[in-house]
Amino acid sequence: MLLRSPHLASEETPPFELKGSLFTLTVLHLFQMDRAAIERHLVEKVKQAPSFFNNTPVVIDLEEMTDSPEGLDFNGLYELLRTHGMVPVGMRNGTPIQQAAARLAGLPALPESRANGGAKKPDKTEPASHSRIVNHPVRSGQQIYAPEGDLIVLGAVSAGAEVIADGNIHIYGVLRGRALAGVRGDAETRIFCQSLEAELVSIAGHYRISEQFDSADRGKAAQIHLMENRLVIEHLTR
Amino acid sequence: MATVIVVTSGKGGVGKTTTSASFATGLAQRGYRTVVIDFDVGLRNLDLIMGCERRVVYDFVNVINNEANLNQSLIRDKRVENLYILPASQTRDKDALTKEGVERILTELKQGFDYIVCDSPAGIERGALMALYFADEALVVTNPEVSSVRDSDRILGILASRSRRAEQGENPVKEHLVLARYAPERADRGDMLSVDDVLEILGIPLLGVIPESSTVLQSSNAGVPVILEDSSEAGAAYNDLVDRFLGKALPHRFTSIQKKGFLKRLFGGG
Repeated sequence: MLLRSPHLASEETPPFELKGSLFTLTVLHLFQMDRAAIERHLVEKVKQAPSFFNNTPVVIDLEEMTDSPEGLDFNGLYELLRTHGMVPVGMRNGTPIQQAAARLAGLPALPESRANGGAKKPDKTEPASHSRIVNHPVRSGQQIYAPEGDLIVLGAVSAGAEVIADGNIHIYGVLRGRALAGVRGDAETRIFCQSLEAELVSIAGHYRISEQFDSADRGKAAQIHLMENRLVIEHLTR
Repeated sequence: MATVIVVTSGKGGVGKTTTSASFATGLAQRGYRTVVIDFDVGLRNLDLIMGCERRVVYDFVNVINNEANLNQSLIRDKRVENLYILPASQTRDKDALTKEGVERILTELKQGFDYIVCDSPAGIERGALMALYFADEALVVTNPEVSSVRDSDRILGILASRSRRAEQGENPVKEHLVLARYAPERADRGDMLSVDDVLEILGIPLLGVIPESSTVLQSSNAGVPVILEDSSEAGAAYNDLVDRFLGKALPHRFTSIQKKGFLKRLFGGG
């Protein structure tokens, strides 16, 4: 189902949903387990950038520990970091015993970092992305779908034409037809166009038709995305 | 090698047959051996506009079905040298057009002609698809009106995806825009789309603007391609169009409001 009426959505939606997501986290590379030294260094760091240490999530990395005591005091370390504005959310690169100790302290072991862990290099034959690039205008009556990726159109999308993607849609031209991004439900996808004159835009099933556009948005370079399950149209300005 | 040109539009009544007749006549007048084929099987009109309806013996479908050969069915124009007409059948329908049959006839015609003009029926069904399938170039005829422009956009999409050139991954069909029935004063008032509006939506090169003119109606009723009416604006516009198609750089005329002179106002004319 490509379109889902906003009214129906609330009745059918389960209480929660699990989705993968990527985050940039601060990693604390621990060299030695000397509480006093750690605390001294922490105080100094906090002084340099107080705003940074404001419940900042960190991952503790044991890769470069010079002495590697098996019985690391994770509870103590946890408390120490908390009092200085950091929230440990996990650890990595420890021995199995260290990992077990961390788990007891409520810190899950995260996968090893790619740089050191001998992680698999990306397969060269695998395409870098599943983007589909269309270097001609999309005419009335044509429908173009980019499965598992972005759709990039170099030209206009005419009235009566339909461009569809599992990922984002980029239109380097006027969007006069229909554009549906994130049709498999990815609410993070967006639609970009150089001039918004669309018949319909939709992201992850949340749609808006031409009639519901603000006249101030019409004919403008715009991006369309979802914010709290509502479609938001923003002008692109240089 | 002969060039196959389809005259198409999607929508009916926009001036495809008028354009086909004048364009083919203009090419022949300039010395090119030209044949114009009526693909509107069942709604035969081209022979009327070319004024040769009384000389039709065999038609396009007869040749496809091997009931006649090309020499028997081609009608030689009496006014212009080098011009031939292959009429449609009035008693059959578009299913009579087969890809193999059309290809065979076009291949044969290519031996003896420089230009083969295919007058497409309206719509996007078999007749229209057969008319455009083998095209090298296309004249897309549009009126300055939203539904006509929308349909032309649709036809441009089909040219880009379902023609032989598209299917075989060759160079795409070369597209030309013919904006017919244009009235600058009505475009100026906003009753009609302007030349720029149409160009912005369709985004293909403009080959010619044909002004709305009563001469078009008169000459088609008389069976004379309007390009032969040299003194009329529409005739002059078609002559410019043919010259531009053959590579001459001519400015577009009849796109802005003409101030009528005193004598013209006195004696009329258009």
